[in-house]
Amino acid sequence: MKRLAVNRYKCGYCGACVAVCKFDANELIETYLEIYEDRCTLCMACVKTCPMNALEVVE
Amino acid sequence: MTDYDVIVVGAGPSGSISAKTCAEKGLSVLLIEKRQEIGVPVRCAEGVSKKGLERFVKPDEKWIASEIERAEIISPSSHRVVLSAEKAGNEVGYVLERKVFDRYLAMLASRAGSNVLTKTSAVYIKRENGIVRVGIRSMGEEEELTAKIVIGADGVESRVAKWVGIDTTLKLNEIESCVQYLMTNIDFDPSTTYFWIGKKYAPGGYIWLFPKGKDSANVGIGVMPALAERDAKWYLDRFLKENFPEGEIVEVVVGGVPVKGAIDTAVSDNVMLVGDAARHTDPITGGGIVNGMIAGYLAGLTAYEAVESGDFSERFLRRYDERWKAEFGESLVRNKKLQEKMLKLEDSVLDRLIESVKGIPIEEMSVKRLAYEIFKKHPRLFWDLREFII
Repeated sequence: MKRLAVNRYKCGYCGACVAVCKFDANELIETYLEIYEDRCTLCMACVKTCPMNALEVVE
Repeated sequence: MTDYDVIVVGAGPSGSISAKTCAEKGLSVLLIEKRQEIGVPVRCAEGVSKKGLERFVKPDEKWIASEIERAEIISPSSHRVVLSAEKAGNEVGYVLERKVFDRYLAMLASRAGSNVLTKTSAVYIKRENGIVRVGIRSMGEEEELTAKIVIGADGVESRVAKWVGIDTTLKLNEIESCVQYLMTNIDFDPSTTYFWIGKKYAPGGYIWLFPKGKDSANVGIGVMPALAERDAKWYLDRFLKENFPEGEIVEVVVGGVPVKGAIDTAVSDNVMLVGDAARHTDPITGGGIVNGMIAGYLAGLTAYEAVESGDFSERFLRRYDERWKAEFGESLVRNKKLQEKMLKLEDSVLDRLIESVKGIPIEEMSVKRLAYEIFKKHPRLFWDLREFII
């Protein structure tokens, strides 16, 4: 199953990915990016937006 | 009775000015910040216009890192043009120390009478019987508070907007993906801001250098995800390798800057959005501090009037929409259009443009003069941009 994953060593917790998510599938809790896989459609908007290349689709 | 008249979510400049304004008008205010430290981590290049800033606070050397007198624009083939600050647009003037500045503004809000809580997030909003129930998690403890009005100053990732159904989701051509390093061991003039423009450097954005004192500078990049093929950090690192190979990085700053233009509405029943949450940043420069503070002041004023009238409906709060649109709505719309036009310019055109104004003395350089030179040398381009420069 493909899913979105965040590389926490790269993530700069800026929230840009939250701002582009149409599906309300992520949330920035203080410095912790939460991904709600049940709502994520793998549309790639956040992957393309992340300044640090911290988001990727994994198997 | 509610616990507070107003709860402000987010203690950046917009939130703190909102809280300060409400408190000065005599409202009971709670200002909450999800981070444990106000102002940290910074998500900003820290440039601000003198005039815009001084409208709200008296400049204080404690939070001013640099004073800027000119801006230098560098084209893809390294043609340079220098503009004096007042003619370069309003995002030059001071470079702030946001960590200190943001705390100072929160302190002003507190001094005016607001309660302030850090490490405190809003976790939900429920509107019933004309008031708002706000769930907060403060240092891990959950609690429900009631208020008449919530001001959402919760930044680019605003939850408040989503909870109340104001759709501010950004498309991939409505956001700049940004990375910035605070760098030392690099050469620059401490009273000049530098801008590298063109696809070569930053597709859909630009690279900046903002001095912070004599020895260090914010060197950053914004790229538009719709146009960029790689992540922002990749483009910045490539630029630094070529231009500042000896530079050392002492801080990393990451951020998403809305470049959406004006949204239709920043209000809903009991709720107003300010600053980045309301996409109030300028689409050309990405600057947001001044618009955010203006919005904060106007939202505070509107909250006061709403509490006075006992009317917290969307209909009443629409006067806040009218106010921020009157202040800077038109410039957001216009600069979004101008940004779209500028993004269509090829790097070779930018080169010719900058080259054509290269020899003009700085004191004669102005937008008008720039327009004249464009008209003389690039009549077709002038025609395309006419509504912005005449």
